Amino acid sequence: MINQYPLWKYLLLALIVLTAATYALPNLYGEDPAVQISLVERGSVPADTRERVVTLLQQKEIPFKSVEVEGEQLLVRFNTTEEQLMGMEWIRQALGDSFITALNLAQTTPEWLRGMGGEPMYLGLDLRGGVHFLMEVDMDAAITKAEERYVSDLRVVLRKEKIRYKKIGRGEEKGVALEFDGEKSRTVAAERIKQEYPRLLISEFERKGMQVLQLDISEKEIDETRKFALQQNITTLRNRVNELGVAEPVIQQQGKSRIVVQLPGVQDTARAKEILGATATLEFRLVAEGHDPYEALSQGRTPGGSLLYKERDGSPVLLKRRVMLTGESVIDASSGIEQQSGSAAVFITLDGKGARRMSNGTRDNIGKRMAVVFIETKIETEQRGGEAVRVRKTHQEVINVAVIRDQLGKRFQVTGLDSTEEARDLALLLRAGALAVPMEIVEERTVGPSLGQDNIDKGFLSVVIGFMLVLIFMVLYYKTFGLVANVALSLNLVLIVALLSLIQATLTLPGIAGIVLTVGMAVDANVLIFERIREELRSGNSPQASIHAGYDKAFSTIMDANVTTLIAAVVLFAFGTGPIKGFAVTLSLGIMTSMFTAIMGTRAIINLIYGGRSVKALSI
Amino acid sequence: MEIIKQGMKLDFMGKRKLATLISAVLIVISLFSLMTLKLNPGIDFTGGTLIEVGYSAPAELSRVRSALEQAGFGEAIVQHFGTAQDVLIRLAPREGLKAAELSSEVLKTLQTTGEVSMRRVEFVGPQVGDELAEDGGLAVLFSLFAILIYVALRFEYRFSVGAVAALVHDVILTLGIFSLLQIEFDLTVLAAILAVIGYSLNDTIVVFDRIRENFRKLRKGTPVEVINFSLNQTLSRTLMTSVTTLIVLLALFFLGGEIIHGFALALIIGVVVGTYSSIYVASSTTLALGISKEDLMPPQKEGAEQPDSVV
Repeated sequence: MINQYPLWKYLLLALIVLTAATYALPNLYGEDPAVQISLVERGSVPADTRERVVTLLQQKEIPFKSVEVEGEQLLVRFNTTEEQLMGMEWIRQALGDSFITALNLAQTTPEWLRGMGGEPMYLGLDLRGGVHFLMEVDMDAAITKAEERYVSDLRVVLRKEKIRYKKIGRGEEKGVALEFDGEKSRTVAAERIKQEYPRLLISEFERKGMQVLQLDISEKEIDETRKFALQQNITTLRNRVNELGVAEPVIQQQGKSRIVVQLPGVQDTARAKEILGATATLEFRLVAEGHDPYEALSQGRTPGGSLLYKERDGSPVLLKRRVMLTGESVIDASSGIEQQSGSAAVFITLDGKGARRMSNGTRDNIGKRMAVVFIETKIETEQRGGEAVRVRKTHQEVINVAVIRDQLGKRFQVTGLDSTEEARDLALLLRAGALAVPMEIVEERTVGPSLGQDNIDKGFLSVVIGFMLVLIFMVLYYKTFGLVANVALSLNLVLIVALLSLIQATLTLPGIAGIVLTVGMAVDANVLIFERIREELRSGNSPQASIHAGYDKAFSTIMDANVTTLIAAVVLFAFGTGPIKGFAVTLSLGIMTSMFTAIMGTRAIINLIYGGRSVKALSI
Repeated sequence: MEIIKQGMKLDFMGKRKLATLISAVLIVISLFSLMTLKLNPGIDFTGGTLIEVGYSAPAELSRVRSALEQAGFGEAIVQHFGTAQDVLIRLAPREGLKAAELSSEVLKTLQTTGEVSMRRVEFVGPQVGDELAEDGGLAVLFSLFAILIYVALRFEYRFSVGAVAALVHDVILTLGIFSLLQIEFDLTVLAAILAVIGYSLNDTIVVFDRIRENFRKLRKGTPVEVINFSLNQTLSRTLMTSVTTLIVLLALFFLGGEIIHGFALALIIGVVVGTYSSIYVASSTTLALGISKEDLMPPQKEGAEQPDSVV
């Protein structure tokens, strides 16, 4: 029988419509301004936290909607943003540093819907407001650091083996260069280094009468160093973002040397930049005992093997040139109270390699002093003659000098600090110091909350108006068939929203534009079909045959037309970043859903209306 | 309701010489403008800083300018954005000052000029700008190439060339208008250009599909007649789809807000140009390349037709 769908097709359609409607539903529920409370150390918030927060808010007479434990966190919902901000301030003060408090928008989707995985669309930063940073890790610095580490290690090896060398340092262009008086010592050194560091590429040659041993880091190791530097920076950024208190931060690798940081809802970008941007590293060095730093300062000359530093109060201190340990080895640092003396202390944990070096370095130096040097590195882009030049600026400072009491290992503590405040600062600096390689912000996009809301409103308005106009136009032009197309068009919109919610793709303003464009183009398939049906009718075919032929003949055209557009959308997705990707996603989804609704959806309704009975004329 | 009267026979191909001339002139103007005036690239491509702020009352630009000048931002471009309360400030990459900190400095300065709130800050480093421009160009080339291949496989190479000719025509004209009017060209406009490629192609394919069908179906008729007949048949659909798309685009242009303006405009231009090009550029190029009935017949078994062919 012509123009009739089997029952299973109707059932399938009904099922799809129902599913789509269910998953699109969460978008109709609003969001509450909320404060999210969690522990700095992972784990559930203590049971009494809820009680504390409730009492506090009642005491301060800040109205709130609810305070609930959600997973490991505590979520405080408010009615307005002002109450949320006030509440946040009080809660932060009352709970103290061991908690992370963050502003958030909490969805009000009912429990049963969330249980099924129903969530509203994930709004991009241009719609919800927030900061987007693209940070570039200075990979050259990562390699330089690796080379400097080798220089320092090799010094120890050569001294232990009693091999005499003239000079050691980083090579002219890359790698490490050693200079020897004679060929013999160079050969011995090369032998030894080959055993100790089999991964280094060794070459021997003569330059200006000196026997040179050039050591290069292999491509593979450079690659690993880069990957490690990136990974380490991502980890550190995560910790720093936690300190900022952001509800749903995104920290992701992009490409080989870049990191994307997205902080929804953050308004104080200056503070965010300060915390994210300044990069610091640490060095542990022994104090060069037996020399007078003031004398070195006044004479402008330092005794051999030592360097002059300044402490935070400005007084000079002489430290040994050799670095005992760098901040890279620090896994963790926390402040606390030392059990025995009851004074403030910082507890430091090192990784295995660092622990060995620390243990060796302190074994023979008990009773001597060790200094922690904090090195802040900023990369600044300057314009020089029209070209962007990256300049590195370093600031070095001794943040702590302490007497070594014992041979130190994996875990040790630094005591002798003035106050718990100082201990906390030092721990923070140490943790920050673990960020080994400097980064620079190369792209920033910040959207304030008012603009975000504006964008949502305007985007929504243009979708609604455009949509309505198209609906009216279609009914005027195609009558009953136009109405059917309109049903399909509405269903198409529901499907897009449901899919976007399901896959939690980021909806951006260009994404909304993509939806708008889809609405315009989605009718194309129906126009093609309906025009075909009209043609068939004109050539004198029966209504039923015309419907059948119309759908049939239009199909391959619709396919071809949409596949080519899909190609453009896919290319857009592959090359685009951020907002462009959002546009590509909604456009591709829209093309696919519109094909489904415009072909199967309308056919089903047309079949219901006209199918299986004798029809004299079509309302088209 | 019908826009196109039944059995309308417009002689599209008869006017193809004139249309080619018009297209040629427009392309020359566009290219000339692109070479002399160039595009007005946004900070996405040049690098730099863009700050949008909202004042609680209509803002006087001269006051904003002088405040910025005093703070050492004399080269800042200050303009209203959408409403009199919204102000947009653009800064080129600067010497000496760390670019990422620039926005904080400017915002601090603006606090002295009235009650002001930050609405948007965009900073793009010079390296990133270059990359975005490069990626954008590659995206356009790649999509054109992918489409060329798809159409060649689905239809025939002449159609493929015709389709891509129409797309190149659309892209150049749209860029040309952006260049002539010096409208800012940013990432979203680039996305719109790619969407135009998709849209215009959609249009072209529908026309080609009908031409192919008619070449196979109609026993007689010169290629010009067949193409004319096909264009008339698809005309009402072509206009219909353009109109609905334009309706939503106009809604987007007028209601979508300032940020989406360039995007909507590029698409509006693209849709108008794309509709024209699928009729004239795509079809006449295919015709000029000598498309004929034989090229489009479904492939027949070899040997059956030419039993005497010399091997």
